[in-house]
Amino acid sequence: MRAGPPESGSGPRTGSTRALLLQALVALALAALAYAAFANASEKLARQGITAGFGFLSRAAGFDISQRLIPYAAATSTYLDAFCVGLLNTLLVSGLAIGLATLIGFAVGIARLSPNWLARTLAATYVETLRNLPLLLQLLVWYVAVRVALPEAQHPAAWGGAYLSQRGLFLPRPDFFGVAWLVPLAFAAGIIAALARARRAARHVETGAETGPVAWPALAWVLGPPALAWIGLALAGHPVGIAWPSPGPYGPEGGLGVLPEFAALLLGLSTYTAAFIAEIVRAGLASVARGQGEAAAALGLGRAKALRLVTIPQAMRVIVPPLTSQYLNITKNSSLAVLIGYPDLVHVFMGTVLNQTNQAVEVVAITMAVYLTLSLGLAAMMNAYNRRAAPVSR
Amino acid sequence: MRLVSVTPLATLLGALLAASPAPAQDGTLAQVKARGHLVCGVSGGVAGFSMPDGQGRWHGLDVDFCRALAAAIFDDPERVRFIPQSSAARFTALQSGEIDVLARNTTWTLSRDTAAMNFPVITFFDGQGFLVRKSLTITTVKQLDRATICLQQGTTTELNTADWFRTRGLSYQVVTFANSEQTLGAYESGRCDAYSTDKSSLYGERLKTAHPEEHVILEEAISKEPFAPGVRQGDDAWRDLVAWTHYAMIDAEEAGISQANVAALREKTLSPDVKRILGVEGRYGRGLGLTDDWAYRIVRHVGNYGDVFARNLGEATPLKIPRGLNALWTNGGLQYGPPIR
Repeated sequence: MRAGPPESGSGPRTGSTRALLLQALVALALAALAYAAFANASEKLARQGITAGFGFLSRAAGFDISQRLIPYAAATSTYLDAFCVGLLNTLLVSGLAIGLATLIGFAVGIARLSPNWLARTLAATYVETLRNLPLLLQLLVWYVAVRVALPEAQHPAAWGGAYLSQRGLFLPRPDFFGVAWLVPLAFAAGIIAALARARRAARHVETGAETGPVAWPALAWVLGPPALAWIGLALAGHPVGIAWPSPGPYGPEGGLGVLPEFAALLLGLSTYTAAFIAEIVRAGLASVARGQGEAAAALGLGRAKALRLVTIPQAMRVIVPPLTSQYLNITKNSSLAVLIGYPDLVHVFMGTVLNQTNQAVEVVAITMAVYLTLSLGLAAMMNAYNRRAAPVSR
Repeated sequence: MRLVSVTPLATLLGALLAASPAPAQDGTLAQVKARGHLVCGVSGGVAGFSMPDGQGRWHGLDVDFCRALAAAIFDDPERVRFIPQSSAARFTALQSGEIDVLARNTTWTLSRDTAAMNFPVITFFDGQGFLVRKSLTITTVKQLDRATICLQQGTTTELNTADWFRTRGLSYQVVTFANSEQTLGAYESGRCDAYSTDKSSLYGERLKTAHPEEHVILEEAISKEPFAPGVRQGDDAWRDLVAWTHYAMIDAEEAGISQANVAALREKTLSPDVKRILGVEGRYGRGLGLTDDWAYRIVRHVGNYGDVFARNLGEATPLKIPRGLNALWTNGGLQYGPPIR
């Protein structure tokens, strides 16, 4: 028998039929394997007295979690609540780390191409050091450093109602109860207005229409409405309450607490990933034809303006695809939180909940589904952005 | 018609029963005797309970329990093989017959007892305790209201702590870590005011800190953690032997029989209690499938419970664990041996 063009006459010997047959066999074997694994697992679970299914999610959790973005209490909350707490903690640290890593990464990447020798060398040192040390090691160093560098809990550093100690940073937290929710609402409205203005300004640039300054009015739009709402409420006799932290018998408590585990994870993730982003940015900038920068200079644009208006926009289409995978890395690497005690999804759900319920199959499946959804969603957003940023061929 | 159809069914049933693995095989004791040594599952890393030293020799309360068992059976405490077990694999190892007895600071709970094993006797009464800095000058757990507590996650410790503080209307802040090294590290660096786990482990953890004398373990315990050796279900003779090995050490201590005086006492004692324990009077060893001097062998080779405790955990050791609940009942503790008679 030889492979190649189908022989005369149809039947199982023709190439396409044989391929189909093979594919069917492989699919069948995979299905049989999956079924065997499933049957095996359910039999073993039944023998251990573990009921399969997701009913356990509504059972009382019974354990406490150090950082909660939503109301959560050991006695009344369920495993589903614990899952939500963990998920939100993952989203919080990943989201902030993505923002911070992008800022640092762009700054360092641009600095690497700077004509200034010191900036260039410092940026290169940053990239080569952080990129070449394991993230795990860096997280542990950050966590130890955060704890060692901060004052003891009983003797916190205090400024204007905020306390800093080994227990973390405790800030005054505004309480938006009663009519005071108008303040965050005004804040959101301000941001939307500022974004709308920025879009209009961008259109004006394209059409060549006259635009005023963009940055300062935007700041006024973002901060103005909430400040006005705040003052207005205070004058109307409904002052916004502020939850002040207090020194406490065992160290600062109350207010808005930023835990050392969170700070260490955020700093570790951002600075590490920023080193990779810096290289991506450098490559992106280098990919823009030299003439573009020279042309910008010839038009009288300064270096900063030339970068912002000419080079970076063209570099973005090279930068965005690899940047996406760095963002995905941050989201996935945030699960290293387990090692420094930050209660992210893996720590809370795959750690404590799995141990207490023994629902290994369900817990692992849910966790995998969450990371898959996060990663695919993030990638879809970045791809959409990339399509918009891609050059329009004329 | 009916009879005709039942007969082949009965035959089939009989065949099936015959084909199933022989249920009436020799008991564990007979297997151990035939093998010539005992196989004992231990933890392999808990100071004072089971840990090998630099020469590879095992030490600890659980280790000595297995040695006592071997001494009772073989008159030779060295005829034991110790196999370290992870906490995940320990129950399977016992059920599969890889080990004869599991002496691995395992807490006796109802679910474990009914799942597939028996706990003949409690060898050590433990409970969840708190390690705090001496400089805090606190003596009760209640004083930890509003404190930050470091815990190892995935253990009952998390649940016990939450329940205990909540039911008393107290609050605390928790920080949990995946393993004990991280938990201790966080506590020691000042991240937490207290580190909570089983009291028996806390004594060992305290030794790992840079300045053990700066930390104290609160006397109070907030949970019950009775450590018991585990045996397979369905072997009552072996279960009896494991239970009475511990009771012999308790009864010996209560009767004033120690490793130091046991040989002399056996020669010249007048006490009927001591005579019965040491096998001078009565024939109590036979019921266990042993010789009548079984308890004498245990005390001579390994010692009474007090000897074993002092050697592995007591004030003379670095751990310095007080007897507490593990004192004899005559001294206000919970260790109580049924009479040997």
